[in-house]
Amino acid sequence: MGRILLVFRLAARNLRRRPAEAALLLLAITAATTVLTLGLVLRGVTNDPYQNTREATAGPDVVASFAADPATGQPADLAGIEALTDAPGVIGHSGPYPVIGAELEADGVTGSRRTPRGEVIGGAAGAWAVGRDPAAASVDQPELTQGSWVRDGGVVVEAGFADALDVGEGDQITLRSRLCTFDTPTGPPDCGVVNGRSFRVVGVAVTAAARPYPDVCFAPECPWFAEAMEDEVPEGPPPDEPAADESVDDERFLETPVEPGLVWLTKADARGLAPAEELLSYVVNLKLADPTDAPAFVNAHHASTTGPGRQAQILEPWQDIREDHDQLVKDTAEVLQIGSRLLAVLALASVAVLVGGRMADQTRRVGLLKAVGGTPRLVAAVLLTEYLILALLAAAAGLAAGWLAAPVLTDPGAGLLGRAGAPSLTLATVGQVTAVALGVAAIATVVPAVRAAWTGTVPALADAARPPRRTPWLIAISARLPVPLLLGLRVAARRPRRVLLSVASIAVTVSGIVAVLAARAQADQDARLVGGTDPGTVRLNQVLLVITITLVALAAVNAIFVTWATALDAKHSSALARALGATPQQVSTGLSMAQVLPALVGAALGIAGGLALFAATGGGEDGVTGPPLWQLLAVVPVTVLVVAALTTIPARLGARRPAAEILQAELA
Amino acid sequence: MNDTDNTSVLRARGLRKHYGHGQGLVRAVDGVDLDVASGETVAVMGPSGCGKSTLLHLLGGLDRPSGGEVRLAGRRIDEIGERALARMRRTAVGFVFQAFHLMDELTAVENVELPALLAGRSPRAARRRAAGLLERIGLADRAKFLPSALSGGQRQRVAIARALSNEPLVIFADEPTGNLDSAATLDVLRLFDSLHEGGQTLVVVTHDARIAATADRLISMRDGAFVDETRLTGGTTGQLGALVGLEG
Repeated sequence: MGRILLVFRLAARNLRRRPAEAALLLLAITAATTVLTLGLVLRGVTNDPYQNTREATAGPDVVASFAADPATGQPADLAGIEALTDAPGVIGHSGPYPVIGAELEADGVTGSRRTPRGEVIGGAAGAWAVGRDPAAASVDQPELTQGSWVRDGGVVVEAGFADALDVGEGDQITLRSRLCTFDTPTGPPDCGVVNGRSFRVVGVAVTAAARPYPDVCFAPECPWFAEAMEDEVPEGPPPDEPAADESVDDERFLETPVEPGLVWLTKADARGLAPAEELLSYVVNLKLADPTDAPAFVNAHHASTTGPGRQAQILEPWQDIREDHDQLVKDTAEVLQIGSRLLAVLALASVAVLVGGRMADQTRRVGLLKAVGGTPRLVAAVLLTEYLILALLAAAAGLAAGWLAAPVLTDPGAGLLGRAGAPSLTLATVGQVTAVALGVAAIATVVPAVRAAWTGTVPALADAARPPRRTPWLIAISARLPVPLLLGLRVAARRPRRVLLSVASIAVTVSGIVAVLAARAQADQDARLVGGTDPGTVRLNQVLLVITITLVALAAVNAIFVTWATALDAKHSSALARALGATPQQVSTGLSMAQVLPALVGAALGIAGGLALFAATGGGEDGVTGPPLWQLLAVVPVTVLVVAALTTIPARLGARRPAAEILQAELA
Repeated sequence: MNDTDNTSVLRARGLRKHYGHGQGLVRAVDGVDLDVASGETVAVMGPSGCGKSTLLHLLGGLDRPSGGEVRLAGRRIDEIGERALARMRRTAVGFVFQAFHLMDELTAVENVELPALLAGRSPRAARRRAAGLLERIGLADRAKFLPSALSGGQRQRVAIARALSNEPLVIFADEPTGNLDSAATLDVLRLFDSLHEGGQTLVVVTHDARIAATADRLISMRDGAFVDETRLTGGTTGQLGALVGLEG
């Protein structure tokens, strides 16, 4: 017990001797644990707002939409809808309501849409327009957050969509439908505006019956539904192609909106947008006796539906809609977890560099401890305990900060009512965060601690510096370079492990930056395609920005630490170089070069890492595989310039001490 | 000590170096005047802490004086900027330290060629010069050895070869045999003797009377000031070993 107390007392004293270094260590590990905590606690936290919205709007348990089938020319299966409302387990319904895919134009909103064949064409933002009764419905009655419900010539915009387009009560919008025909079987469709008119926004409302903007979809085209259908395709020969309806001269269809939002208008106004009644889709909202049975109900119905019409019917349980609302936070959590891994690597580099520097400073203390009878195990325990205490403090600080900051990121957006409650901080989360903090500290500390523990007492008391590494080929190459590069390369070559840490630190940071730049390029492309601003993209961009700033800050701290540690470690050789005729500027530039050279390698690796990270996290849609070329090309020189600038001050300070004083001190 | 000999390669007038203020003021070097003629070997002797090493650093431009002036080859070096001072150290002076101060990760030949590389010589010329110097000090077979594989005497000889790399006007040696045994001390003194014979100007700081006895001139220093000067005859010529009592 006495020995444990001694270990803790000595560790605490060590920490108090260098409070600034202890604070920096704490900060580095806390940054990683905070982001990790955020990533872990952001799971399922939008359930409450979705539930609130579902209750406030009498949300349906199943949303079924039926469309005209362009392949057969058949209109939407209204009889099938009727049958569905009478199906066992259904206790209530609203609809069927006519639905039409349209393009929406408001001030300053432009974009483009995609044809059923995948071609991107110019146009306005996409919208699904649902025709509703002016009277309240028993199932899915959207809750108004502004204005009043639909009336002739008056449209209500879904709150998330309205927020993204920045429209509100009193604004004027135009809705248009576009009819497409194929003049030739293999050529592009010929699409044109057939019906369009101006509407006044009379209200803004939320609903639990639709996926959030821009994922709203109804039959006949839902990307997620098409994917689910592909997964369900049974093995065996494909079903017979449906016989084309000879009465249909050519294939006609209403262009479906891409990445659309949702608007409600009167049934008459919705029908007025359609060029022909048989081209309309319909939606019906079902209430089941047991809402938890919704997925089973949907599966049973899909299983009973075969043939060509199946593709024109889409049924969706409320659980899937909730899942999509959760996706925003899930995406944020995923980004945060990736960010926390990057930050953990940087924290590892920070701790390793700081610990290395502190160990060099503590050599004499180790000697004293051993001289008075301390065993190597005791010495190692003292050194390790010091950093494990810091790691535990950082874990606690990270858990607290992450838990407190999570509600900021769990704002469900305008599309749902209320806010998420405090995210849960489970024992597993606490365990994971603590393990990461302790792991970072232990990995970075164990080697120098054990090495210090086994240092001989006499050399430790003499405070002998650890002998530098010799890299003959680098020494030979450096002889052919200008003096600052010669000095820089030789200083770097003395401590290869430190160089690796620098390379890793810069590579991780540049990876993060390149991934963020790529994500922004993707967002820009999305904005060009969709016209509005995807709230999920906006949120993710904000999170990415915060992570990037944290990454850059930690990397900057690392660069300064490494330079300072290098300057201290190389103070003797630098002083000697000055005694032999090198100028202070050459020496300080050499110290900076010792960081710039690894930064070059790190930046190059970081570009590759960032592109890989972007691809691995689902990037690469719409032909965006990375940031624009000019940004990629700028990454390396900017990194080098920033590292050079960051290292200038510690390098100058390191080279400022009089050479005579340092060389004389070696004898003291 | 107040000679104004025109052949002086090194001259100091009223040289001072003070540390601290008020009651804590330390006069490490306090009004030193010195002239060193070209080809002369001057030994500065005194007890530990009397300011010998500080004086050497001031004379060699490694440190800045608090007052007074230092001229090397007629040029004041106490007023020039850091860059010019570095250039002066690179071309006009060479240092030999008690602790050798070799770079541990460089071989003997790499250590010796370093000043030439810093002076901008081509790698090939620097290497050729270094190899020649190692040959001259009898360590050609140790050229590829790291300092850790050399004896103390060998390390100091490598350090002397390094000091000679750029053919300096003056070599400043600070307790060059302080860390050496008798045999190694003899080796170093023989080397200094050969340099002296070759016309090299040497300023050697030591607290060892046997080393000081090998110089042309011996200056005693106490509390930062010169207190005595003796011109020695015979110096290092011929009977060096016997003179310092290092040979039987």
